[in-house]
Amino acid sequence: MSQLSVNAASLIFSFSLVLVALAIAYKERLGLEKDIIYSVIRAVIQLIIVGFLLKYIFNANQMILTLSCVLIIYFNAAWNAAGRMKNLPGALLLSFLAIFSSTTLTLCLLLTTGSLRFIPSQVIPITGMIASNSMIAIGLSYRHLSASFRDQRQQILEKLALGATIRQASHLIIRASIKTGMSPTIDSAKTVGIVSLPGMMSGLIFAGVDPVRAIGYQIMVTFMLLSATSIASMIACYFAYNKFFTKQKQLRE
Amino acid sequence: MPLLTLNDAGFSRKDIDLSHISFSVDKGEHVTITGPSGSGKSTLLKLVAGLIPLSSGEIIFQEKNIHTYDPINYRKEVSYCYQNPVLFGETVRDNLAFPYQIRKESFNPSHAARLLEAVGLNSGFLDTLVKNLSGGEKQRIGLLRHLLFTPKILLLDEITSALDNQSRTLVRKLVTDINLNQGVAILEVTHNDQEIANASRLITISHGRMAGSNEPIIG
Repeated sequence: MSQLSVNAASLIFSFSLVLVALAIAYKERLGLEKDIIYSVIRAVIQLIIVGFLLKYIFNANQMILTLSCVLIIYFNAAWNAAGRMKNLPGALLLSFLAIFSSTTLTLCLLLTTGSLRFIPSQVIPITGMIASNSMIAIGLSYRHLSASFRDQRQQILEKLALGATIRQASHLIIRASIKTGMSPTIDSAKTVGIVSLPGMMSGLIFAGVDPVRAIGYQIMVTFMLLSATSIASMIACYFAYNKFFTKQKQLRE
Repeated sequence: MPLLTLNDAGFSRKDIDLSHISFSVDKGEHVTITGPSGSGKSTLLKLVAGLIPLSSGEIIFQEKNIHTYDPINYRKEVSYCYQNPVLFGETVRDNLAFPYQIRKESFNPSHAARLLEAVGLNSGFLDTLVKNLSGGEKQRIGLLRHLLFTPKILLLDEITSALDNQSRTLVRKLVTDINLNQGVAILEVTHNDQEIANASRLITISHGRMAGSNEPIIG
């Protein structure tokens, strides 16, 4: 099986693909030229730094370094997820709690069952994979929660007027928001291998692993992402919904 | 002692300014509030229901400031019925079962059926889809949600505005019955001339202030 080989020349040639995007942006007057150039430069710099950093961490193979990387991933994911709910007090802490719980629990399960070894080359990429999916799930849940509290305001008020607790009044919104957070992972689980060959599986195949062996890892990834996104969405929604109410159990404006 | 007392109560937001509202309501009393649209009548009822925060003054219920009560239990005792209720779920049953659900009690269909008949809707109406209801039917279902358990005060916000004469008479009869026979105090907003004419006690709100009362006001 041939292995992927990327050298400086092939990278320079592949830059022509960016020119295609730039040409479209220019021709259609999308005003995205600066954004494309900025994002490409940023991606290249970020990846170069990460590449060298990971090489150092993998070679060092020290627990403290691995755990520091895991914490940095948690924090960045929480920061991004919290950005979806800028007007929610304590969104960063909440997002961190949801990402920490979902990712750590899933990681621990994989480590104790022996599916994963506690070495940086395994723990760091898998943490990134779980945390990024949790981040997307939390972001979607937050967005749904926020939109529902705005759109269903009258219904919530009427439930409160009947003497419902804030949890009883928000129950359907919480449920729908958890569902929204989980749905991309469920949808992608349904189409995995049919529509797309996901990152883990593609990476292994690129590296020359037998596709039949690669699916084993992909199945594990599918399981862990289902677990992580459900935990993350649930924690985010159950800890966030009461922020829409005051201490006097009144719906905030 | 009065059941409910408002002392210089007020609520202020960019488009609403309600202030210096003082009056009291006794057990079993029926107080009618009227005034021009946008004068703050509905806001006043929401303040009493504890659904929006007071900006000034205080509201006393059963000799205690309403802030000292658990808001959830308080709203079961001081129940605010919206003018244009939004119904939940799919059927009328979903709506009438809700007050039982929040109290963790089993739904009592015969009690619900009695109330439905009292407002001119038959018991088969329980399984009617909410989306098929007229404005008047929705208004009556919205009211019944507040009557399945007896509160101490009913706050009614133009609850007959979407009703025809026949339905209005039935709803008035039911409200009067609850007021006289169960001792539930009623604080009701209305624009209906006949209801204003029949009011035993009338408070007029204009531009966010009390413009008149046919009983002595507090403070």
